[in-house]
Amino acid sequence: MAQMNMKEAIRDAMRVELKRDPNVLIFGEDVGHVGGVFRATEGLQGEFGEERVFDTPLAESAIGGLAVGLGVQGFRPIAEIQFVGFIFEALDQMVIQAARLRYRTGGKYNAPIVFRTPFGGGVKAAELHTDSLEGLIAQSPGIKVVVPSNPYDAKGLLIAAIRDNDPVFFMEHLNLYHAFRTEVPEGDYTVEIGKANVVREGSDVTIIAYGLMVHTATKAADELEKSGIKAEIIDLRTVSPIDIDTIVESVKKTNRAIVVQEAQKSAGVAAEVIAQINEKAILHLEAPVLRIAGPDTVYPFAQIEDTWLPNPARIIAGVKKVLEF
Amino acid sequence: MSKVPYEVYTEDVEALTVLSPAGEVINKDKMPALTDDQLKEIAYRMIFTRTWDDRAVNLGRQGRLGFYAPTSGQEATMVGSEFALEKEDFICPGYRDIPQLVWHGLPLHQAFLYSRGHQHGGEIPEDVSVLPPQIIIGAQILHATGIAMGFKLKNQKNVAITYTGDGGSSEGDFYEGLNFAGRFKLPVIFFVQNNGYAITTPFAKQTASKSIAHKAVAAGITGVKVDGMDIFAVIQAVREAAERARNGEGPTLIEAVTYRFRPHSLSDDASKYRTKEEEGEWNEKDPIARVVKYLESKGLWSDEDTQRVKDEAKAKVNEEIKLAEKTEKMTISGLIDSMFETTPKDLEEQKADFE
Repeated sequence: MAQMNMKEAIRDAMRVELKRDPNVLIFGEDVGHVGGVFRATEGLQGEFGEERVFDTPLAESAIGGLAVGLGVQGFRPIAEIQFVGFIFEALDQMVIQAARLRYRTGGKYNAPIVFRTPFGGGVKAAELHTDSLEGLIAQSPGIKVVVPSNPYDAKGLLIAAIRDNDPVFFMEHLNLYHAFRTEVPEGDYTVEIGKANVVREGSDVTIIAYGLMVHTATKAADELEKSGIKAEIIDLRTVSPIDIDTIVESVKKTNRAIVVQEAQKSAGVAAEVIAQINEKAILHLEAPVLRIAGPDTVYPFAQIEDTWLPNPARIIAGVKKVLEF
Repeated sequence: MSKVPYEVYTEDVEALTVLSPAGEVINKDKMPALTDDQLKEIAYRMIFTRTWDDRAVNLGRQGRLGFYAPTSGQEATMVGSEFALEKEDFICPGYRDIPQLVWHGLPLHQAFLYSRGHQHGGEIPEDVSVLPPQIIIGAQILHATGIAMGFKLKNQKNVAITYTGDGGSSEGDFYEGLNFAGRFKLPVIFFVQNNGYAITTPFAKQTASKSIAHKAVAAGITGVKVDGMDIFAVIQAVREAAERARNGEGPTLIEAVTYRFRPHSLSDDASKYRTKEEEGEWNEKDPIARVVKYLESKGLWSDEDTQRVKDEAKAKVNEEIKLAEKTEKMTISGLIDSMFETTPKDLEEQKADFE
């Protein structure tokens, strides 16, 4: 089995699907010859040609609209939005046009599109390159939102997203592209969209996270273990729809939970997770479910982003709070 | 240092006219080749469309239709542009462009269902190459661009046509679409029906450009302006654009200068922003009167023919609105199930609240 970092795993997923299905296309700004600003598509144009993998002019709405039109024609576009903050320019095409196409046409047309975008803090990038905008898309009906946390999941989830006949917003954390390597199978496999993963078993508290925060939570859990506290960690993998069954099963065991997200605290994925826990497992709770998140400000300039982002210390403090409630 | 010769682009361009308001062909070179049967079919469709619009406005007032954007005055642009296309060519309409959809094959009762807010209105039959009407101004321009790229990738000699108004030409999606289509040389026709008003805002307040056709220059594509009250000019311009597209010569922007005799929608009062004089001047250019005069001069049409078409149109509209009214109502379950190919578990659970 090959060792891959997350970027290589993502590239490998696209290569597998380009090879398997002639209808798969990749396009976006700078994705062709150089392979994108993060080189996620490096080599794919050389291997599959300019008709399958191509650069577009700089215009995010047109990238989204082109994907919708090509979807109507039976293609399976993978449209890259170069940085997450630029999705606002494409929002109409993503959450109104693509996400409503099946409904508007009574099922005659669908939008089998993957919108890929890098996101995520802690890399000292320029403004609007790192914001966690998954909650914004997760509130829109008709589109799924996937946030992988490791190379194996990233490849399997991306292949599943490309084969999905509905639009998927696929968010790749900048800090995970090169963070570590794991074993990733060659060729073809999928990880089910909408299925969470228990990445660490524990009995005292459930920590629900996704993306980079799975690793931040793991660091916190390592620390907690030194004082005898066993945290169970759930990686959501898909933030819309949320796999509430896996969460409820865990909460029934631990009776306590906290949710960790990089995004600003209010009205986001963590709030949704907690609402669903209330609906399905409130009698199993020994303490309120807390959110560890960024404060409700704009994403900060680089100087203070490390303090702004959730860190192991804040997660540990949160866990202690629910344990001592 | 060389300079962009900007003077060239600030000159007015004259609109192509073939048929005079008096019904005479004044530009023989540009008269599209049409058989007598085709000429009669054109008159039939235009009169049918006008009668349907008259009936639809009444149905709207009776509460039997929902949102409806009147079409009278725009029969030359709507009927003509569709008539110039092949069945397999793809139409991406704006909210007013229902006649193009119907003449391209969308059953009339489905157009009524769309207006009545029923999902089945957008459930386009298998062999009809259209998208449902677009509400977001300009979004459809990009869909047509993508569909045209699909034709090119599949090596299929078809074109996509998309419609917007003079207001739509101010949208970012309009410029992005023109630029993408020019860059990839796509077989797409951007058809702007400049009816003089974006709801109430007049063209003079829409842009400082001398015409919308000028806007093609910056995208490196062909731009033409036609008399939108002259169906022969419209057919000729669309046929030429489609031929260029099928030959791999890329996209065309067509500006058709037209007029909507009625207000923007049924809930708006045009007398607040238009004068009687202006409306009178445009009435003189009525696209249907022009064609009828021409056909009468060739002995192909009479008042009886006009009456026959009106009667047929009224009967057909009555039949189709009844069909729309009889169609079973949408349900919340059906709505939920139309979000995804496979309804996720959480949505399945939400259905239970409505059953």
